[in-house]
Amino acid sequence: MEFPSQLVERAVEEISRLPGIGKKTALRLALHLLKQPEDATFELSSALKELRENIKYCKTCHIIADTEECTCQNAYRDTSVICVVEDTPDVLAIRNTGQYNGLFHVLGGRISPMDGIGPENVKIDSLISRIKSDDQVKEVILALSATMEGDTTSFYITKLLKESGIKVTTIARGIPVGSELEFADEVTLGRSITTRTLFSQD
Amino acid sequence: MILKGLKLTSFKNHPESSFEFGERINCVLGKNGVGKTNLLDAIYYLSFTKSAVGSQDRLAITHDERAFTLFGTYEELTIAIQFEKGKVKTLKIDGQEPERLSDVIGKVPLVIVLPDDTSMIKEGSEERRKFFDGALSQFDGEYLKSLLKYNKVLKQRNSLLKIEDGRSLNKKLLETYDDQLIPLAVDISNKRQEMKEVFLPFLQKNYADLHEGGEVPGLNFKTHVTEGFEGRFKANAQKDQIMQRTLMGSHKDDFEFLLDGELIKKFGSQGQQKTFIIALKLALYDFLKEKTGKKPLLLLDDIFDKLDDSRIELLVSLLLDHDRFQQIFITDARKDRSKVLFKKEKEVNFIEL
Ligand SMILES: [Zn+2]
Repeated sequence: MEFPSQLVERAVEEISRLPGIGKKTALRLALHLLKQPEDATFELSSALKELRENIKYCKTCHIIADTEECTCQNAYRDTSVICVVEDTPDVLAIRNTGQYNGLFHVLGGRISPMDGIGPENVKIDSLISRIKSDDQVKEVILALSATMEGDTTSFYITKLLKESGIKVTTIARGIPVGSELEFADEVTLGRSITTRTLFSQD
Repeated sequence: MILKGLKLTSFKNHPESSFEFGERINCVLGKNGVGKTNLLDAIYYLSFTKSAVGSQDRLAITHDERAFTLFGTYEELTIAIQFEKGKVKTLKIDGQEPERLSDVIGKVPLVIVLPDDTSMIKEGSEERRKFFDGALSQFDGEYLKSLLKYNKVLKQRNSLLKIEDGRSLNKKLLETYDDQLIPLAVDISNKRQEMKEVFLPFLQKNYADLHEGGEVPGLNFKTHVTEGFEGRFKANAQKDQIMQRTLMGSHKDDFEFLLDGELIKKFGSQGQQKTFIIALKLALYDFLKEKTGKKPLLLLDDIFDKLDDSRIELLVSLLLDHDRFQQIFITDARKDRSKVLFKKEKEVNFIEL
């Protein structure tokens, strides 16, 4: 693609780095911004800048938040159960079902040595020490993706919790294999949260 | 199965080609380098989503283009495959994208014979495993799933053994992979063992049809995965750690090719080896036909050059059997030869590239 201006070219270059956005869409977006009032673009760029500079992850559950202490400490939550997920969108998906009022723990990924991700690169140690230091916790729900890597992460956490006496459950796999939680519809997901089963490797 | 038409866009040296095929024998003629093998490879792609000759997707795109597309119209369905540089390969069956690429395998059973197939005899166990895996995968979807998962777990386990570099191996994580790998290995190797038993009579019959020498072909399945595998596998963990890879398992299985009980690799003549390979492929054809209830497509690439006249005549007379074979694709660089060989057959469709 040839551009009439280097300024346009640079903007297109940056926008098209975003997932799912090709050069054509990027150009359309850049030109759209130019047609809008200047403020619209400045608001966007300052929002992005502040997001990047000020975002925090909760020290306890690692949910993306504005402070290092998020709403997971709220008194009205059921603090006897922790739902373990891979990423923030999974938290939102499960919250939206309206069927779950417990705590969350965001791992930030799943174990995959071939991608250089070992247990130390996701928040597993933090999960274990959180459970061990909080005797209110009675149950851990593993809600990881139904992929080989998701399963491995679940098996591994289960092994680490074996002696703790904590009940480990998993959400029912009514969700098609390989699909991510984020895309599961709310009804199915809600049902699987309420009908979770004891986790076993077989 | 019948492939009625095929459209290739920017696929290897076919910038834009369309073909209509006959229901029986399709003879693809043309000088070397005009794209005969690539045409067969495109047909293979539609059945397996990958190249028969092992070329990468990226390299299958015509020079200076960004993407290739293949569209096959079969009597019962359509299959489309598209690959664009830097993107994931997409597959559509009857216009619908299935959950996984591998879902297409087995939809159109296919057997291909390539000029360098005798490397299966000479090379290591991988080529032979691939042959039988290809056979099983075309009618047993569960087998294919187990195999793909096994390969994934194995790759992760090997990566773990490498990353840790033998210093502080995460034993619990290794166990997690072992617990997944062991039952898959048992499943896979048992099915291969069964496959060997069921396949052998097909091989023996086809070898006898091609050859009057009287020697008997055999298969010997070698595997670690027998009674007590779990214990032996776990006991081997330290060696795995030192070698930084998994030394035992289904990925080490071998199917040895025998003739009168001896390894054909060591004792078979050139002629016997060629006969063995053709018998193996025709046996696969018969086997898949029985298992799937469909007549597989049979692709023969440039095989006449490798055979002497009497074997060519014998093979052609077999291929003319209407009850046994449906659609066949043959390539030949020598136009006059094929025109003479198939002069008796009414239903031959000559395609000149
Ligand atoms: Zn929190």
